[in-house]
Amino acid sequence: MKNLVEVKNIKKNYGKNEAVKGISFNIKEDEILGLLGPNGSGKTTTIGMLLGLLKPTSGEILINGQKLEGNRIEILEQINFISPYIELPKKLTVKQNLTVYGKLYKINNINERIEFLSEKLRLGELLNSITGELSSGQKNRVSLAKALINQPKVLLLDEPTASLDPEVGDFVRSFLEDYKKEKKISILLASHNMNEVTRLCKSILMMKDGIIIDKGNPEELINKHGRKNLEEVFLKLSRSKNEFN
Amino acid sequence: MSLTRMYGLFLRHFYLITRSFPRVLDLVYWPTIQITLWGFISNFFATHTTYYNNAVGVILTCAILYDFLFRTSIGFNMLFLEEIWSRNFTNLFIAPMKIGEILTSLVATALIRALIGLIPAVLLTSPLFGISILDLGIFLFFLFLSLYLFGITLGILVSAGLLRYGPSFENIAWSTMFLLAPFGCIYYPIEILPELFQKIAYLLPLVYIFEEARNILINQTVDIQNIYNAFIWNGVYFVLSIALFYYSFNVAKKKGTLINMGE
Repeated sequence: MKNLVEVKNIKKNYGKNEAVKGISFNIKEDEILGLLGPNGSGKTTTIGMLLGLLKPTSGEILINGQKLEGNRIEILEQINFISPYIELPKKLTVKQNLTVYGKLYKINNINERIEFLSEKLRLGELLNSITGELSSGQKNRVSLAKALINQPKVLLLDEPTASLDPEVGDFVRSFLEDYKKEKKISILLASHNMNEVTRLCKSILMMKDGIIIDKGNPEELINKHGRKNLEEVFLKLSRSKNEFN
Repeated sequence: MSLTRMYGLFLRHFYLITRSFPRVLDLVYWPTIQITLWGFISNFFATHTTYYNNAVGVILTCAILYDFLFRTSIGFNMLFLEEIWSRNFTNLFIAPMKIGEILTSLVATALIRALIGLIPAVLLTSPLFGISILDLGIFLFFLFLSLYLFGITLGILVSAGLLRYGPSFENIAWSTMFLLAPFGCIYYPIEILPELFQKIAYLLPLVYIFEEARNILINQTVDIQNIYNAFIWNGVYFVLSIALFYYSFNVAKKKGTLINMGE
């Protein structure tokens, strides 16, 4: 399997504050990589750099073999992102929003794509609804449809199931597993839901204070740290004081 | 009635104001601008009572021209602010859109928005006041084009500020037009301004546009030099605004404003 995402020693400084201190990792085709860490550990900054919203102070990011620096537009055509902290315009209907983003990503046959996604994400009856009037679960599925409108090769997920009820959360997780398997895409999942990470990710990066303090698959990490589950591993690593710096 | 609770609510707003320079600036310059603008208008009418005697439509025509400028500029800013308010900003900036595509699209949309507002206003002046802005003739097109260029230039400058400083720059977005109004000589000739203000006014395209509108309506003559000067200054400011927008985009990528704006 080839690496769709290659991150090489990226650093990000805000003045004297080092938010990310030189991290490297790869994400293979057909892989979901979990990105864990306490608040302020550098996860959002890392995602921002992968999306081209932040310029790394140093280091290099390659997506599908192409450098992000200097190829922003070509790379953004192959990426998409979902986060509970960003939303789609509330006054537009679901279909209008998806059509707008279909145009922004220059999708041919937008209607066919919307039809396909609404079938997969159970949006059929919501297409003509006003986006701002939907429930959290419905909005989440619409955001997911927007994130998949361009058939991304790399999908970045920041807390994709935060604030969802267990049924919708489970639906989203199952959908992501199936979609990844079917399309062989790479997914970076930043989440504080340890059950979700254990279920979806074969490999995990643990970040703290801007560095990767540990990595491995969930089982390996649990055994290595002598804990019962990933949540306990997370707590142990989060509370450790600079032992990895 | 609890003084503590009321003081608590006061503090909530006080902290907000004192933590944001654009908010403090907003408090200070609104009254200053209003007093300056109306001071010049009053001064002009007090000393030139017969100036508009044979051209009753001049003030109304200038008001319509100024409103078009205002709508274009605010319209552009609104399009940008709309993305921030709806928390759609990040979605837009991770879409594969070139900065040039974003700007061009907003510039075209701002024009349509401004025209939607302008056309009814122009149509209403004739039956209501017996005045037609079309009296400006073919030169009306050049005056509107010039105002449109300056309006979107201001819109781009403010959007560059929003990119660079984030939503706290929003208040500036609402007030740029008022800030320039005293120097624009919209309702009075430039001679009414003090010498220093005149020098500043001559660096803006507005003064040439409004001087020419008055010249056409009052003197029934056309001074092409005014229209030419307006376009020259518009060109200069337009190029500067585009350069500043690109610069702000790059600074925002370094400072992290783009990612914080969506959250």
